[in-house]
Amino acid sequence: MKTVRLILLSLLVASMAAGTLSSCKPKKVGSVMAGDAASKVYVAPGKYDDFYLFTSGGFSGQLGVYGLPSGRLFRNIPVFSQDAQSGWGYSEETKPMFNTSHGFVPWDDSHHPELSKTNGEDDGRWIFINGNNTPRIARIDLSTFRTVDIIELPNAGGNHASPFCTENTEYVVGNSRFSIPMEGKGDVPITTFKENFKGAATFVKVDKESGNMSVAFQIIVPGFNYDLAHAGKGVSRDWMFFSTYNSEQAHNLLEVNASQNDKDFVMAINWKKAEEMIAQGKGKKIPASFMHNTYSEKTHSATSTEMKEVTVLYAEEVPEIIYYIPCPKSPHGCDVSPDGKYIVASGKLAATIPVFSFEKLLKAIEDKSYEGNVGGVNVLKYDAVLAGEVPQTGLGPLHTEFDDKGFAYTSFFVSSEIVKWDLEKRVVVDRAPTYYSIGHLCVPGGDTRKPSGKYVIALNKITKDRYLPTGPELTQSAQLFDISGDKMQLLLDFPTIGEPHYAQAIPAEKIVKNSKKFFKIEENTNPFVAKSEAEAKVTRTGKRVDVYMTMIRSHINPDNIEGIKVGDEVYFHITNLEQDWDIPHGFAVKGANTSELLIMPGETQTLKWLPIKVGMFPYYCTDFCSALHQEMQGYARVSPAGSATPLIFSGGATAVAEEVKK
Amino acid sequence: MAAAFFLPFWKIMLEAPQYPEGLEMQIWLYKITGDVEKINGLNHYIGMKLIHEDEFPEFKIMPWVLAMLILFGIVVAITRKRALLLAWLGSLLLAAGIAFCDFYQWLYDYGHNLDPHAAIKVPGMSYQPPLFGYKQLLNFLAGSFPDSGGYFVIVAAVGILGVVVYEQFFTKKHL
Repeated sequence: MKTVRLILLSLLVASMAAGTLSSCKPKKVGSVMAGDAASKVYVAPGKYDDFYLFTSGGFSGQLGVYGLPSGRLFRNIPVFSQDAQSGWGYSEETKPMFNTSHGFVPWDDSHHPELSKTNGEDDGRWIFINGNNTPRIARIDLSTFRTVDIIELPNAGGNHASPFCTENTEYVVGNSRFSIPMEGKGDVPITTFKENFKGAATFVKVDKESGNMSVAFQIIVPGFNYDLAHAGKGVSRDWMFFSTYNSEQAHNLLEVNASQNDKDFVMAINWKKAEEMIAQGKGKKIPASFMHNTYSEKTHSATSTEMKEVTVLYAEEVPEIIYYIPCPKSPHGCDVSPDGKYIVASGKLAATIPVFSFEKLLKAIEDKSYEGNVGGVNVLKYDAVLAGEVPQTGLGPLHTEFDDKGFAYTSFFVSSEIVKWDLEKRVVVDRAPTYYSIGHLCVPGGDTRKPSGKYVIALNKITKDRYLPTGPELTQSAQLFDISGDKMQLLLDFPTIGEPHYAQAIPAEKIVKNSKKFFKIEENTNPFVAKSEAEAKVTRTGKRVDVYMTMIRSHINPDNIEGIKVGDEVYFHITNLEQDWDIPHGFAVKGANTSELLIMPGETQTLKWLPIKVGMFPYYCTDFCSALHQEMQGYARVSPAGSATPLIFSGGATAVAEEVKK
Repeated sequence: MAAAFFLPFWKIMLEAPQYPEGLEMQIWLYKITGDVEKINGLNHYIGMKLIHEDEFPEFKIMPWVLAMLILFGIVVAITRKRALLLAWLGSLLLAAGIAFCDFYQWLYDYGHNLDPHAAIKVPGMSYQPPLFGYKQLLNFLAGSFPDSGGYFVIVAAVGILGVVVYEQFFTKKHL
């Protein structure tokens, strides 16, 4: 009896447990790891990667440079944030790059890198990136991987829909994420948002030869949040498309108040016509205060120019060039297919992806298929422009890029996956989970007319358990997928610096052939250059002391300086006389309230020093340059203010001290 | 069955791609423990009411009900009266039935009465967690199962029920 009871009992428990534990738990979509993933991402010692991957630093303000497929980090190019490693933003020559109408701003939030394009293809000349906080666009020269141009954008708040370039890099755009009143009219109550706050779509002209940027014109648009943009290509090359959210025009608790409307907009601007209007003088010049900073690789210094006015067009006065297309639920990405025929917008709170047709857009404009007017801009009918919606995609679509086989890849933040879909048929063909919560993705050339069909890189927002933990603050994670087959295959998981919001990748050969090895000393026109050791000297003008210094393996000239006094302004102008590959020198002096300098061969950089203490101050080379690097040192004697110590210096073979009386 | 006083009765688990560690909420006879605050944080996006212990009068009643059932059970064991045993089983099943109906009501209420101003609104979607088993809610897989305390009670009740049924129908009655 007892045993039977026991058996019954155990059977009951067992069946219950089994029932509960297995009761049709829905299977998760697992990621498909390529079997030969390791060999596909291994770049053997001495070999090169196939692609450069440029990632935005996000809150670091810089630009990361990686290799694909290895995922190895090559450089962290300083752009908007001071970099103590190289002296970017600390040296006298680079400090002006940080000038804005708000003074010296040593940091910004860089979101979107954009490679320069010719005929809709990445050409490897420059890469642009935006500063979101104090609205600016920067241009980086890809022969030296240096930031050479930073221009501030007036009348804007939150430069997020930026930078996005037209098919031949005629223009690079920016637009306001945080609409604000026009300059000079900002002292109003915040509740007057609907009346006073505006967006500013800025068109920055890029000089074809030099790349020099200038604000050509701005179109003042209704006050929404302008999120992202992309230029048309091919048939749509004359147009620029911006996604907008907060059509509710909320100014507080946007989490709730900007999520109420069923549809927000995609703004379409015919920039070519706008350019013509400006040429015909239809633009209005209004006062504006913003800075333009350029860095010359000949003088190795930056020049800051203050701009005093900007040319604008008001949206309500040019209705023939601007239109709103309704788009579901707070759109984020606004992406144009490689042939320029389709515009894909992703509503981040929607569950489908609308695909708009450029051809239908033109027809809707011609037929005047309007469903309303907002702030003077005509709103086209949704169905008149829509080609179709991609159904049952996932949750929280953010951004779409394309491959060379007619497929689109969209990132889904909430469901943490990449969804591959057929652009013409508008059906989902594959899904791949990302770890975790993907933001944007990148297909090399994915926003050009000729995307590569090799890889897609997921840039994720949440890392959690993906790598070895590093306390509460974790790196961001990225995944590399192989898209050459029908199904996406996960190849590699690699950490990224800062927080990449977006990335652009380009075949390595487009850049490698242009990459400079060093600067030619004879081309150096820095006003404080010393082109040979014979030119090394120290001069005094009142309280200012200029040290014309040279560094070459393995000595500094001058390496003995006396006669500096407390209260002096001392400028160390250092010229690296090397003319060979990978021989930088560094410079630091004891107690200086600035970072070190890294000086490349043929370059001149200046460190400003304000000695406040009497004593002996060593200086030295900080970058290991040679077998006798440790011997590359010098001494500077600082005497009390008003003392009579003569200014003398010596270095190299010149043992004789030169006396300069003051 | 007394174990239910010291162990959680039921648990609700949530799994999502960006929560590899999972989220769990334990429901005891008299309290709620677990990742309640994290779950509340997520729920506010879809407009679900926040979960607070003091919202549920059940937590004051249920301990007494179980205590009485256990006492009743002990009385039955002492008196060994078949009629009392059947009455005890009946009241056990009744209590269970009421508890599950009540639980379902709460799940329905939370899942359907959403804030109209919620940030994320998926038309036609409701977020009623399952009464038992798994259910996909947007990016979350929700699971509702007994926890250790609950298992003890259920196993005890089913065990006794099984024995009674067995004795009733499968043994020869000795007159």
